[in-house]
Amino acid sequence: MAFGDRVLWDGLDLDVAPGEFLAVLGPNGSGKSTFLNVLLGLKELSGGAVEVGGQPVTSGSRRIGSIPQQKSFPEDTPLRARDLVALGIDGHRWGPRLFGRKKLNERVDTLLEKVGATRYADQPLGILSGGEQQRLRAAQALADNPDLLLCDEPLLSLDLHHQRAVSSLIHRQACDHGAAVIFVTHEINPILQNVDRVLYLAGGRFHIGTVDEVMTSDVLSDLYGSPIEVFRSKGRIVVVGIPESVEHPHGAGHTDALMAGE
Amino acid sequence: MDTTDLFSTIFSFENYAELLPLVSNSIVAGALLGLVGGLVGVFVMMRDMAFAVHGIAELSFAGAAFALLIGANVVGGSIVGSILASLVLGLMGARAKDRNSIIGVMMPFGLGLGILFLALYQGRSANKFGLLTGQIVAVDDVQLGLLAVCSVVVIVGLALLWRPLTFVSVDPAVAAARGVPAGWLSAAFMVLLGLAVALSIQIVGALLVLSLLITPAAAALKVTARPVLTVVLSVSFAMVSVVGGIMLALAGRLPISPYVTTISFLIYVVCRVIAWQRMRVRHNRDAAEAAVAS
Ligand SMILES: Nc1ncnc2c1ncn2[C@@H]1O[C@H](COP(=O)(O)OP(=O)(O)OP(=O)(O)O)[C@@H](O)[C@H]1O
Ligand SMILES: [Mg+2]
Repeated sequence: MAFGDRVLWDGLDLDVAPGEFLAVLGPNGSGKSTFLNVLLGLKELSGGAVEVGGQPVTSGSRRIGSIPQQKSFPEDTPLRARDLVALGIDGHRWGPRLFGRKKLNERVDTLLEKVGATRYADQPLGILSGGEQQRLRAAQALADNPDLLLCDEPLLSLDLHHQRAVSSLIHRQACDHGAAVIFVTHEINPILQNVDRVLYLAGGRFHIGTVDEVMTSDVLSDLYGSPIEVFRSKGRIVVVGIPESVEHPHGAGHTDALMAGE
Repeated sequence: MDTTDLFSTIFSFENYAELLPLVSNSIVAGALLGLVGGLVGVFVMMRDMAFAVHGIAELSFAGAAFALLIGANVVGGSIVGSILASLVLGLMGARAKDRNSIIGVMMPFGLGLGILFLALYQGRSANKFGLLTGQIVAVDDVQLGLLAVCSVVVIVGLALLWRPLTFVSVDPAVAAARGVPAGWLSAAFMVLLGLAVALSIQIVGALLVLSLLITPAAAALKVTARPVLTVVLSVSFAMVSVVGGIMLALAGRLPISPYVTTISFLIYVVCRVIAWQRMRVRHNRDAAEAAVAS
């Protein structure tokens, strides 16, 4: 995949099975969101092919649930919290909502409860905080029982309690409903026990494997082209020494003791 | 003109009972426009298209002026003008920023053309002025029929598009991911918007279309976020403005638009005050809760 002569990745051959949880990591601008957009059929690969559920991607699909990279709703949005979730169920249908409101409301209430949003279910969407809106996003993405779940930094602006709640909710969609989950994040620790494999994108290259295979000093040093230390402490992963710039992977990027994965 | 004169120019209810039946067609037309304007306005607000409405209105005005000049149907001319404008906008201005510059270019051009056509026109000058600032046209049955047919098209069209159009308007990223065809929906909406603008011009005039397509919906959004209530309020506000405006205009000797715009403006102000009051109450309650908690 490339924009002009800026290559985001090349030679990526990846098969995600139903029920698998794939985390996508990488610095800003490494192509994580672009990767999701390719799967959604909203961006075309500059070379190669991509299939979802054994068929070529169409532009958007009912079988995919997605949480886009965070963008908050304007204050005068004419929807309540519950209306956003409801759109995830039947927003693609023609006409106004005439019948079946009761069933719809029950489903929406269940979803709202799962993400701890019952308290503000009837509040205007636009006045909710970033984290409150983000939890609605999670509920909306799960609303139609998707076979593939694409999440772009879904834990952003969530407190620790809700990070755990939302990530285990997403994980359960994989376990119980056999959905494939692709989870873009800068923070591997909150989802460490859920992840099956990691795709790490950086500087136009990538590495795939289990957490133990990818999150090592050797692999990350190779991807970034500068020495990086990965420590494990009390079940957490701490990465030290990610360079500020990854534009030139083999250049002399300086190595501040920058902490990531904290 | 002294104050009593001024007052009787603005409000005079002499012969009111005899006048009313003469404008019953206009009142029906006004109610229809209120319905259309209130519905379309909700989406205009959601999609942040107030400026586009203004731009379309000027081209619609040019179309109507041209029709007047060549003796064709004025409603037809204004429909042609505004649908052309909407299509140009829909095709060229996918991004809001492009769209605004295109509107900025188109709007003065449309207005200039319209003024040219009016200058060439030799007929009654009331007709000229009416296109810009509105009039109680002596709506005859044929015109009322045309207005009604167009209104029904807009209303049925909007009803069909309602849910997916709401989805792409407030949440474009997820709507696209779910396969909702944003391009088609926005093109279809532009056509409906063009029709609605052309209809509104017949009563409130090109310069004041916003009072029918924006103000009522904006007022409704100030006081509620419930989708159904938003629509109900927006439509009621628009209907009260137009029908009320026509009834009052009948009592004075002024064009209809000052009445319509004033009513819709007052409704908006009231809604803002309500919103502000509510915010203060919420604020105080939060402060009180915080005080109790600490
Ligand atoms: N349509 C486009 N045309 C040209 N370049 C693009 C286009 N879309 C994205 N890019 C570039 O591709 C790169 C990857 O963008 P992407 O949004 O996928 O990054 P990301 O990994 O999601 O970053 P972040 O962590 O900041 O979300 C960026 O450098 C961006 O400028
Ligand atoms: Mg991104």
